[in-house]
Amino acid sequence: MSLEKQDVIKIAHLARLSLDDSDAEQYQQSLSSVLDLVEQMQSVDTDGVEPLSNPLEAKQRLREDIVTEENRREAFLANAPQTEAGLFLVPKVID
Amino acid sequence: MIDQSIASLAKKLRDKEISSVELTQDYLARIKQYDGQLNSYITITEEIALAQAEAADKQLAQGAASPLTGLPIAHKDLFCTDGILTTCASKMLHNFVPPYESTVTGRMLASGTVTLGKTNMDEFAMGSSNEKSYYGAVKNPWNLDKVPGGSSGGSAAAVAAGLCVAATGTDTGGSIRQPASFCGITGLKPTYGRVSRFGMIAYASSLDQAGPMARSAEDCAHILQSIAGFDANDSTSAEVDTEDYTANLDAPLTGLTIGLPKEYFGDGLNNDVASAIQEAVKEFEKLGATVKDISLPNLNLSIPSYYVIAPSEASSNLSRFDGVRYGYRCEEPKDLMDMYKRSRGEAFGKEVQKRIMVGTYALSEGYYDAYYLKAQRIRRLIKEDFVKAFEEVDVIMGPVAPTTAFGIGAKTDDPIAMYLEDIYTLSVNLAGIPAMSVPAGFADGMPVGLQIMGNYFSEAKLLNVAHKFQQATDWHTKNPSLVEGA
Repeated sequence: MSLEKQDVIKIAHLARLSLDDSDAEQYQQSLSSVLDLVEQMQSVDTDGVEPLSNPLEAKQRLREDIVTEENRREAFLANAPQTEAGLFLVPKVID
Repeated sequence: MIDQSIASLAKKLRDKEISSVELTQDYLARIKQYDGQLNSYITITEEIALAQAEAADKQLAQGAASPLTGLPIAHKDLFCTDGILTTCASKMLHNFVPPYESTVTGRMLASGTVTLGKTNMDEFAMGSSNEKSYYGAVKNPWNLDKVPGGSSGGSAAAVAAGLCVAATGTDTGGSIRQPASFCGITGLKPTYGRVSRFGMIAYASSLDQAGPMARSAEDCAHILQSIAGFDANDSTSAEVDTEDYTANLDAPLTGLTIGLPKEYFGDGLNNDVASAIQEAVKEFEKLGATVKDISLPNLNLSIPSYYVIAPSEASSNLSRFDGVRYGYRCEEPKDLMDMYKRSRGEAFGKEVQKRIMVGTYALSEGYYDAYYLKAQRIRRLIKEDFVKAFEEVDVIMGPVAPTTAFGIGAKTDDPIAMYLEDIYTLSVNLAGIPAMSVPAGFADGMPVGLQIMGNYFSEAKLLNVAHKFQQATDWHTKNPSLVEGA
């Protein structure tokens, strides 16, 4: 299965990845070859086979609804590219 | 000192033949001498290591030592280490200093290990050659023109070259076993859920599993003992008791049934690798095991299934890297969307971006059923093959990889060829079973790894099987000339 360049641009947008023109052509080829590789799945009869998402088929555990974390605001903000007044700073969202 | 076992080093430390500080200094000196050629470490934590070694010496003096106390080890740079740079070999995390400790590294610290540093890897663990690191390719200590395998290539190279006693690795599709095979060391990927994923930077959450990489099965057993077991911080951690992994290492193999899947010995397998594996199997027969031919008919489907499931989960997991809370942010973003796109586009390598896009496509509206759900249905078929096989045999054996280590750059132009290299390892992660790579000879001067696969939570049995082989053979004691020169 081969992708059009427009498909790649759309996928990159959904994945929030910037893409220049030459990248788009390169990915068009490399993504298409991965999709070709996985295409052989479609010839396998999986009717009545349930999807397996957890290899142990374990269910998610529930825990008590209590606070387990202490407040470590400074430690977590220390890794942020930009902070102000104890908050993460991002480019202006609303005019 | 460099090529001794954990048990023998631990005894020397207890008998005061050597101190942990001296041992640590020896390893740090070796790293300085040799790692310029290998590039196996991203970060060397000299000061921290020496402080930990001093503390270990005090513990040893008080007689309060564990079997790992005072031993200098290394961690793959994917485990969050409190206060120590953790990059995942990506520009995205070039400046990330975690404010918390992963369960694996935390348990190793509690066992008294000394952290020499953080090892190189393929960026975000996506790769089979360790050529895809932001910090440069790692070289194979057996031949500097060859790859060490990946993604835990730095850990494998460091252990093989005697730049640490042992190391941690992670295995999503073969990332412990294949580099262990290429570098001639012993590696164990435990059962999914056996070792906590808390604090491991996630690649594909339903496949990722951490494990030991060391000089022998016995050494792996000591490390696994430290890191295995339930952890409430990992929602998929298995609530299954651990075993004493060293207690039955010497149990006889009489009556052991080994399954040899015909799919592991077909087209594409290098002849010399095949011969080494067949010789190894004969050795097991001498030890009292019987061999049975079996079939894992869906093996070929593990490649498409894996290359949908892993990128899909990666696409979701790596969405956290948005330039807001940690990691790289582009210069002067003009708005929020620009910041997301350029931060991610500038800081993720090409292979990572490719896998994110494959996953994004597979999960997108209209394609989810045909790709993601289909891959998960095939995943069940692959698991059922193993379940059925283990009704007849105790362990399954085959090669880890179709060839020995390939040349640096040899497969960079053909990524699909690189994906096909994973044919013998992917199905183990899809099924969630444990498997090891054990040195089993050489082909053209490069190490060959024997893969031993076991039923769920049979780590103790696998280690026993591997240990008995290592008592009967000396492949695991062979060292590259870098070590011989020490």
